[in-house]
Amino acid sequence: MLDFPLWKKLSLWAVTLAASLLALPSLANVAGLDWPASLPNPQVNLGLDLAGGSHLLLEAKSEDVRKQRLETMEESVRQLMRNAKPRIRIGDVSTADGQLSFMLENAADIDRARGLIEPAMQGQTTVREWELTVVDGQRVQLKPTEAGINQAIDDAMDSATEVVRRRIDELGTREPTILRQGDTRIVVQVPGLQDPEALKALLGKTAQLEFKLVAEPGAAAVGLETFPYAPGEGLDGQFVTVKRLGGIRGESLTDAQAGVDPQNNRNVVNITFDAQGGAKFAKLTTENVGKPFAIILDGQVLSAPTIQTPIIGGSAQISGSFTPESANELAIALRSGALPVPLVVVEERTVGPDLGADSIRKGLLAMAIGSFAVIALMVATYGRFGIYATVALVFNVLMLLGLMALGGFTLTLPGIAGFVITIGAAVDANVLINERIREERARGRKVVAAVETGYKEASRAIWDANLTNVISGVALFSFGSGPVKGFAIVLIIGIITSVFTGVTLTRMFVAGWLRKARPNDINI
Amino acid sequence: MKLLKLVPDNTNIKFLKLRVPFFVLSLVLIFGSWAAVAVNGLNFGVDFAGGQEVRMTFTQTETAPIPSLREQVAGLGFGEPVVQEFGAKNQVSIRVALPDGTEDNPEAAKAIGEKVIASVKGTYPDARVDGNDTVSGKVAGEFRDQAILALLAAMAAVSLYIWVRFEWQFGVGAMFALVHDVSVTVGLFALTQMEFSLQIVAAILAIIGYSLNDTIVVYDRIRENLKKYRKMEMGDLLDLSVNETLARTVMTSLTLFVALIPLLFFGPPSLFGMVAAITVGLFIGTYSSIYMAGPLLIWMGVTTNSFVQTESAVDRQEKIARGEI
Repeated sequence: MLDFPLWKKLSLWAVTLAASLLALPSLANVAGLDWPASLPNPQVNLGLDLAGGSHLLLEAKSEDVRKQRLETMEESVRQLMRNAKPRIRIGDVSTADGQLSFMLENAADIDRARGLIEPAMQGQTTVREWELTVVDGQRVQLKPTEAGINQAIDDAMDSATEVVRRRIDELGTREPTILRQGDTRIVVQVPGLQDPEALKALLGKTAQLEFKLVAEPGAAAVGLETFPYAPGEGLDGQFVTVKRLGGIRGESLTDAQAGVDPQNNRNVVNITFDAQGGAKFAKLTTENVGKPFAIILDGQVLSAPTIQTPIIGGSAQISGSFTPESANELAIALRSGALPVPLVVVEERTVGPDLGADSIRKGLLAMAIGSFAVIALMVATYGRFGIYATVALVFNVLMLLGLMALGGFTLTLPGIAGFVITIGAAVDANVLINERIREERARGRKVVAAVETGYKEASRAIWDANLTNVISGVALFSFGSGPVKGFAIVLIIGIITSVFTGVTLTRMFVAGWLRKARPNDINI
Repeated sequence: MKLLKLVPDNTNIKFLKLRVPFFVLSLVLIFGSWAAVAVNGLNFGVDFAGGQEVRMTFTQTETAPIPSLREQVAGLGFGEPVVQEFGAKNQVSIRVALPDGTEDNPEAAKAIGEKVIASVKGTYPDARVDGNDTVSGKVAGEFRDQAILALLAAMAAVSLYIWVRFEWQFGVGAMFALVHDVSVTVGLFALTQMEFSLQIVAAILAIIGYSLNDTIVVYDRIRENLKKYRKMEMGDLLDLSVNETLARTVMTSLTLFVALIPLLFFGPPSLFGMVAAITVGLFIGTYSSIYMAGPLLIWMGVTTNSFVQTESAVDRQEKIARGEI
């Protein structure tokens, strides 16, 4: 029990010192000292509540993905039927009730139609994405399967996360955290951000750009749709009716830059298409010279200029009533790509940087006073054994910080409370042991036997007590969110380090002293 | 050097004598807490209720003008706001519920928060915005579910562990003590109407951990003494076990207490509620480990013979296995 061979001593010291040294860069950082760049520099991340910054939880509506899939399928079915030779005529197309349905004008076309549609139903994966049913031999119904929808949502969220990352990178903020959470959510955390509104404005833009031909007055209502003007265009409450199909989506952009139109000094956004998009745009503008087309962003009309000349160079200009800032914002959004699905902010938290710095200062002060009080109490009660416990406590705090830095864990405000509780409870193991040694001495055991029995008998309770704490810490971590998680991490790591320092390290100290001093009595 | 002794050696306090009145007291506390929650409800923060919370510090005055703030924000027409001191006297949190139908509309929520900030800053130019939280109704509901799940999972898991490590009676006893601690703490929040947030849930879970620590140390000693003193009355044995561990109980509670007090008075204001909950829980947890966890063992029929018999039964089986019988 009290036998510590050299190799054991060395390895215990190695572990203790290594973990403790890992804490030094973080401590230097808090103290405002420069840590030499040539040395490894693990840091404890500070949570937003300490560092200040913004936390956003973005959510996509799966309904939007469903709707989009139906619309895309409708376009491709129309195109397939139109391009078929001979052409297959269809009518009564609808996308209601979560399915696409249409009538064949000639029932004899059913097998050809099926043959054309079936390849389009197969996605990239092995998942079956659509169910095709034929009613009365003439009506075709296409229903997306749940598995297909889920796959689509998953893909959409993956690329949405990528788009969000690109947009935030464009803002030049440092160390953002962008994570997918659950099925339809993305967490964005940007420490130290001064202007959360700009971030929100940027992320709130789906940036779905569309160019659609404006419908001629008096055209039949079938195949038309209506969009409102974007606010700020001076045309609030007015609408533009456009042809639903045959336009161009802005997916094929390669670049977007804010600029100024030299002719009228207005802010514009210059966009460049890739080869395919450029060709489509050239075709559209060539065929419709003299007609107006609407530039639609996220379902709102920015402007509806008339096509003066064919635009064949692959680049175009988006006009609207932009300020330099809003033009730049749109350029960033377009450059980073459109979000495959609109995202809404369902949770937002911002913490001012002043408050964070203040919290750290107060937290550290409280920790220092608390530690001092605990140390004084331990030394006054257990003398030499209290000093050993104190040294172990100091290593415990350092190791806890060091391991958090190593693991890249985040220290939050509740985490500081967790730290203090760890300090208070860490000495419990030593209290248990020392009280037990007192008891054994009172029963008349000799010094070494009393110390040995003390460690042995107390360790059972220490083990049970700490293991249950780890269990509740793990439950906290797995079911909790945000601040609860931050608290749980400190608690779990703190329990591990405190058992190590409180039981193993102190035993090594005590054993070393007993061997050297060989006391006949101990003051405990 | 003369060392400090908080608890004299060989105490012999008859804790168990008062077990019935204290147990009744505990039951009253538990049911009283439930009643308080049912009648008063909890003052849910934005984490659990959803809505807008704006936190502000008044940099030029010592005391925030809470009543006039309440009136002013109510005048904006978003319903009755919750305006309360937040840590320091010059810091406030202003909470506005989102109107019906806009719980999941971030634009509406954002607009409300901005109007509140603009209005307050218009009247009090020295007000500094420290933070602004918006939580949609749906997310708040999920937080609530998750918090309840975390509490139940933690309580169930540790009770199960104790059952496996000790005996089922100990598991039930520990579970009961935990229900007591959680109920009374939550009840206290219902009574004082202090804000109940995710942080408070973390505090309650810390209490669970701490109270369990205490219970386990006492239980461990009971188990040890059950093997040692087979002829002793159960009540005396429980008293002996609690007395033997009393010095440790007092000392550990005290060290945790002295660590918490500076955090309460000098720590960040936003931690006040959480630390207050843990401090109160420290006393509740210590009390329940002594007055509930122990007596319950007697009432569940644990006697000095119960585990002796099971042990000898095990011995007997082993002897049969070895072919000695």
